[in-house]
Amino acid sequence: MPSNEISRRAVLRAAAVLGVSLPGLAACVTSGSGGGSSSAGGGDRSAANPFGVQADAPLEVVVFKGAYGDDYVIAAENGYKSRFSGAVIDHKGIQKVGDTLRPRFVAGNPPDVVNNTGAGRLDIAALNQSKQLEVLDSLLDAPSWDDPNVKVRDTLLPGVVEDGTYDGSFVRLNYVYTAWGLWYSKPLFEKNGWRWPSTWPEMLALCEEIKKSGVAPWTYQGKFPEYVADPLLVMAARGGGVDLLRSIDNLEPNAWRHESVKAAAEAIAELSAKGYVMPGSEALSHTEAQGAWCQGKAAIIPSGSWLESEQKSVTPAGFDMVMGAVPSLSSSDKLGSNAIHAASSEAYLVPSQAKNVPGGLDFLRMLFSRKAMNEFAKAVGTMPSVSGATDGLTLSPALTSVTEAVKAAGTDMINYRHRTWYPTLTKAVDDGVGELVSLRITPAEWVDRVQKAADDVAADSSVKKYERR
Amino acid sequence: MSRAVLTPRVERTDPPAPPPVKPKRRRKLNRGYGFVIGALLPALVMHVVFVVSPYAQAFYLSLTDWNGVAGTANFVGLANFGRLAGDSLFLASIRNNLLLLLLMPAATIGIGLFLATMIQRGSRTGRGGVRGARFYRIVFFFPQLLSVAIVAVLWGFAYNPNNGLINGVLRAVGLGGLARSWLAEPGLALFAVMAVMIWSGVGFYLVLFSAAIDGVPKEIYEAALIDGANGWTTFWRITLPLLRDNVQVAFVYLGMAALDAFALVQIMTVGPGGPDGSTEVMGLSLYRTAFEYGKFGYASAMGVALFFGTLVFALIALRGSGGKDRTELA
Repeated sequence: MPSNEISRRAVLRAAAVLGVSLPGLAACVTSGSGGGSSSAGGGDRSAANPFGVQADAPLEVVVFKGAYGDDYVIAAENGYKSRFSGAVIDHKGIQKVGDTLRPRFVAGNPPDVVNNTGAGRLDIAALNQSKQLEVLDSLLDAPSWDDPNVKVRDTLLPGVVEDGTYDGSFVRLNYVYTAWGLWYSKPLFEKNGWRWPSTWPEMLALCEEIKKSGVAPWTYQGKFPEYVADPLLVMAARGGGVDLLRSIDNLEPNAWRHESVKAAAEAIAELSAKGYVMPGSEALSHTEAQGAWCQGKAAIIPSGSWLESEQKSVTPAGFDMVMGAVPSLSSSDKLGSNAIHAASSEAYLVPSQAKNVPGGLDFLRMLFSRKAMNEFAKAVGTMPSVSGATDGLTLSPALTSVTEAVKAAGTDMINYRHRTWYPTLTKAVDDGVGELVSLRITPAEWVDRVQKAADDVAADSSVKKYERR
Repeated sequence: MSRAVLTPRVERTDPPAPPPVKPKRRRKLNRGYGFVIGALLPALVMHVVFVVSPYAQAFYLSLTDWNGVAGTANFVGLANFGRLAGDSLFLASIRNNLLLLLLMPAATIGIGLFLATMIQRGSRTGRGGVRGARFYRIVFFFPQLLSVAIVAVLWGFAYNPNNGLINGVLRAVGLGGLARSWLAEPGLALFAVMAVMIWSGVGFYLVLFSAAIDGVPKEIYEAALIDGANGWTTFWRITLPLLRDNVQVAFVYLGMAALDAFALVQIMTVGPGGPDGSTEVMGLSLYRTAFEYGKFGYASAMGVALFFGTLVFALIALRGSGGKDRTELA
């Protein structure tokens, strides 16, 4: 009978072989060339061609093809082709942007334009740190497509430039504008005579009333606690204003110990303690929780403005979801209840090692024109990141409510940068909120653990630090 | 090792291999090996390119701070491994993997052995299987036909606290008090995942053990019956000792699955890996560190740690029970 033992010697021998072959083989992964390839940028610059695009240079566009599709990109490509006759465009609509493009970035031959979105996208901060991304300042200062007297920078909604700035470099131009809030069915509220509350005591009174009607007042996407972390952070940010946001994002000592943070945590925990949250929510995925909400089992759910399109196939007729702003905790808040959390997404990048950087920049200028944005908004019912892009369109109740909320907020936009800068802190916040809403930890414990996570990040020399000004 | 691990042996009576003929002269020896080398080389090259080389790269990357997209990486020595020791989430993941390792293989093998014995020898007389043995064998094998992603999604539905199958059944039979939020309670979530691993694994080992019991000569059982041995004695004194090799191989397989568990946790659990890290496993930490945090160097260090953990386990498992005191049949 043959022996199935491994001799110790065989293991050692294998380990030795492995060790010897290490340096040679290891060269493979990171052997890409560091230097940028020379770009096709020989064309003449003019007012109409601000980047000096070479008309016959090919352009490669790789976009994430998700809920928004890629028809709007193809339309813009056709515009590019008719302008630069002779330009061959290589278009790829894909899902796994990271897996597809990571090796190409490493090898130094990335495409000219990338829409870096979806699960498994590339880490933009890492790309920027490795100098893989073109700084898009020249695009911001270029004349906009629709009006040569207005710069691209001035067509964008508040926060878009900030969102795209990593470590002082503007490298990411976002296409979609997302607002967060609390969602409810307008007809359901009207039928019951419920009014959307603007203060937290009013919210609690409303919840009591909803509960009496036999419907759970709130539900949330328990498997992904970041959803319910959002109203908490908005209430905290309103109380402490921009100063608090800045100190949190900059990892200042005891930033999370601000009284408004604790008050917000207490408010969210109170919802559970008073039985206003649908039982079992803590174990539901986003589809399950949102499904229950659409079936009228719960009245209010936190989410972002993508909710309408996400729920399209399961929303009953006449449900007419709308977004309400998170109520304010206190009248002494530094920001009013018009202040909402909004941010841009759907990241467009131009790799610095691309063959046709000027072409990529000019393509983005066309893609961010009001006409292209208008088409996009019409096709997918989502708010683009250029102001006035939805003017003149007939909007759904949901998109109308989002547009109005963005308009009412004006420049009072709440956005936190630490969530993208320090993902380990984000995880600590979200895990903690999950425990907080399940009443397994107290608001004070939540503050302690988040503060500790922030301190850990601040003390970790291997984490690149950013500064919010 | 490779033979035992790669082809679980159910045939117990293979004849001993004839002793290799010693070549008389060196030239002959070379000619003989020339063919062997020629036959092995393509496979060896593939193995080096697609298996050994990625491993070697991972070992090297674990000593760097590579971010996954840069063309270069800085050498940081053993710093990544030092960080591992202080990473509370990673330590939690080791704890969870060890708990899985402790319970899951034992439970799967135990249930698998029990069912296999019932199917082969569970009848009243002790000479055949229970009624409908063939049917059970097929039904228990079903989960094996589903991909792990589908298994995870289906069980995610079953664990839904409000309209899931499990709480629904509990409430229907008047045990609504036992209905829980299975995946959202820190004390239960890991066991909920473990139950799915056992459920989906048992069918395979049932078939494996069942075939092995089939390979045991009937005379031995017959003799035991005549001697008046009951079912328990037969199982402990005959079936289990003769299935030792199979159980050992099953243990190695299941142990590796217990040290992984990534897919189920990633798809089913809160967070994933939650609530609050209670279902975090090493594979999930590794994945998140690499593909969400962009720290491929640190993630490679986790991978290397996992590699050695698995290697040590496999060595112990194969050595600890392998051996000279094996029950021989032929």
